[in-house]
Amino acid sequence: MNYNLVVICCYLAASGGYAGFLFLQRNIYNRGAYALILAGFILHTILLGLEYANTGFLPVRNLHQNLWFIGWVLAGVFLAVRPRIRVNILGVFAAPLITLITAAAFVTPNAPAQAQPELAGFWLVIHVVVIFTGEACLALACGTGILYLIQERNLKVKKHRFFFKRLPSLDLLDSAGYTFVAVGFTALTAGLITGFIYAHQVWGHFWSWDPKEVWSGITWLIYAALLHERLVAGWRGRRAAVLAIIGFAAMLFTFLGVNFLLEGHHNAFTRW
Amino acid sequence: MHLPDGSPQPEKPSTESTPELPELGILGINHISAPVELRECLAFSDQECRTAVQELKKRPEISEILIISTCNRVEMLFTAQDTNEAIKNLKAYITETKSVEESRFESSLYTYCGSMAVKHLFRVASSLDSMVLGEPQILGQVKAAYRNAVNNRGTGVILNRLLHKAFSVAKRIRSETGIGDRAVSISYAAVELARKIFGRLEDKAILLVGAGEMAELAVEHLNRIRSTGALYVANRTFEVGVDLARRFSGTAISFGEIGNTFKSADIIISSTGAPEYVITRDQVRPVMRQRKHRPLFFIDIAVPRDIDPAVNRIDNAYVYDIDDLQDVIEENAESRRSESEKAERIIEEAVLRFDQWYESLDAVPTIKQLRGKLDAILDSELKKTLQSMDRLSSRDIQALERMNEAVVKKILHDPARFLKNPGSHRDKSLYIDLTRKIFNLEDE
Repeated sequence: MNYNLVVICCYLAASGGYAGFLFLQRNIYNRGAYALILAGFILHTILLGLEYANTGFLPVRNLHQNLWFIGWVLAGVFLAVRPRIRVNILGVFAAPLITLITAAAFVTPNAPAQAQPELAGFWLVIHVVVIFTGEACLALACGTGILYLIQERNLKVKKHRFFFKRLPSLDLLDSAGYTFVAVGFTALTAGLITGFIYAHQVWGHFWSWDPKEVWSGITWLIYAALLHERLVAGWRGRRAAVLAIIGFAAMLFTFLGVNFLLEGHHNAFTRW
Repeated sequence: MHLPDGSPQPEKPSTESTPELPELGILGINHISAPVELRECLAFSDQECRTAVQELKKRPEISEILIISTCNRVEMLFTAQDTNEAIKNLKAYITETKSVEESRFESSLYTYCGSMAVKHLFRVASSLDSMVLGEPQILGQVKAAYRNAVNNRGTGVILNRLLHKAFSVAKRIRSETGIGDRAVSISYAAVELARKIFGRLEDKAILLVGAGEMAELAVEHLNRIRSTGALYVANRTFEVGVDLARRFSGTAISFGEIGNTFKSADIIISSTGAPEYVITRDQVRPVMRQRKHRPLFFIDIAVPRDIDPAVNRIDNAYVYDIDDLQDVIEENAESRRSESEKAERIIEEAVLRFDQWYESLDAVPTIKQLRGKLDAILDSELKKTLQSMDRLSSRDIQALERMNEAVVKKILHDPARFLKNPGSHRDKSLYIDLTRKIFNLEDE
């Protein structure tokens, strides 16, 4: 029995549950979907733990493992923040995303990893976990940004159709988005710093103009600009939401695009 | 200036009796016929209403008088022998006490007489004539005006009856049509929208621009869920603003300060009667930066609109006018037209019934009805008596019947003469109404 598939099915069922919640507005769907993600996450954790125990490496050595791992982080982050942030509808965005990522991992071939001694050690684990957590938060920030734009559009054009009732207030979406960006940015920064330390240990220099590094820097700058403008000029609402989406697009490119289009030292473990 | 159609001269009721029954008339201005500047000039304060009723009542041309004055209308309701004379008098009174030249308000005034006046009052009381159809406060204002007129002995039989009818018509319309829900649901919709923008409303500051029934209703609605937020009131007439601010425990600001208040206010409710935009895009744009782009929610209840719709294009600023709010409600409600049609039908019916009563107030139909009642009593008594007297000839019976007729005639002789002319300067309608009540004559 393929346990990976069971995990994906849990996430898929949760997506269905959130879709049911979106249309029918019954809280039972909301709670059921949350429970399904939790179940998927627990199984997911066990599987990853077993893998780590077997190989002694954090399983992030090819694209398959990366995706599988980031799906796990996203599910974990979602489960952690969902009870604290009163945006019920966030699951409608998060659950399909988790499903998509894990499903993508499932169809990506798991090429046997060649033993690379440098891909181990404390700083690497911290680097990967922290940066993935940050990325998960920023993905959720993008989700709330999209929800914000939908709701803002509803209010501006004064057509209060399907989503108007189902989405929370602009203020809540805006502040939730801000929280995600703030946490995500902090984690991203910490992840980059641990990355520098690790790079210094392995290659002897902090920064090597590797495309992934450059694009991480660009992503970081976008979010830095967003936070700066928000704190100084009070940028909020639509512009903040748009920037959160742009930032996430840049991050996606950093994560995937760079791997396929550009060369660099991250390639070894992000390609199949 | 557009005047509501129809200010017809009354059809004079038959003039067989002297003096005639006083006739009903209304002289007024409202938010459609006059701009806010003029309405503010002509508005009566409570105290002014009292003295006006007292003074006008003394004039021989006017038999009964009642004055309704709100921020959207001034209505002078009266009965008089000669309505034209009374209207002339009222205009002179306005010119005198308000020191406004007649030429300034002449064209904005409307007058209704007879059943048109009845209809107008019914429409006003049931809020069909309001700026916001169905707003609930006008009925209370009409009631207050009536209480004031009664306390100062301004009303008599006709206005008493008319106002009581107006209250019951308004009540009936409120309970039988969805008109009343509309105003409530508009302010409810505004609150719901505010919730979708701000989430929590407890600490949001409100700026009220202009005073209006509907705006106050919206503030009341918001105040139920607000606790700590500030409230600013801006009114063209500062004193009115101060009063209103005191009522809602807020702060009165001058009209010129509106632009500065955008910095701290979150929800702006505007309902001035100004013909042009009071709040423009250029006023709002620079403020957004100062308020760190926190959202601004404009609720424009005025007709014509107070807030430039272009403000809605500014980021984080949302403008809803009364039609937008209506659309919000209507997305899951049936159309309102049928509701106001239903209301108009109720009013037509009530006007008809009032007219019937009014016509019955004339001496002739009252005497006729009285005679009919006496005839019926005597007839039935005679029949009862005849049953036990079977020896009477038909001639005897005819004699008894003739006697009955004579009795009725003689009983009615003095009352009829009195009712037709109760003496100069006496209110005939009072005695006719009394007679009808004593003999329990049904309204037809």
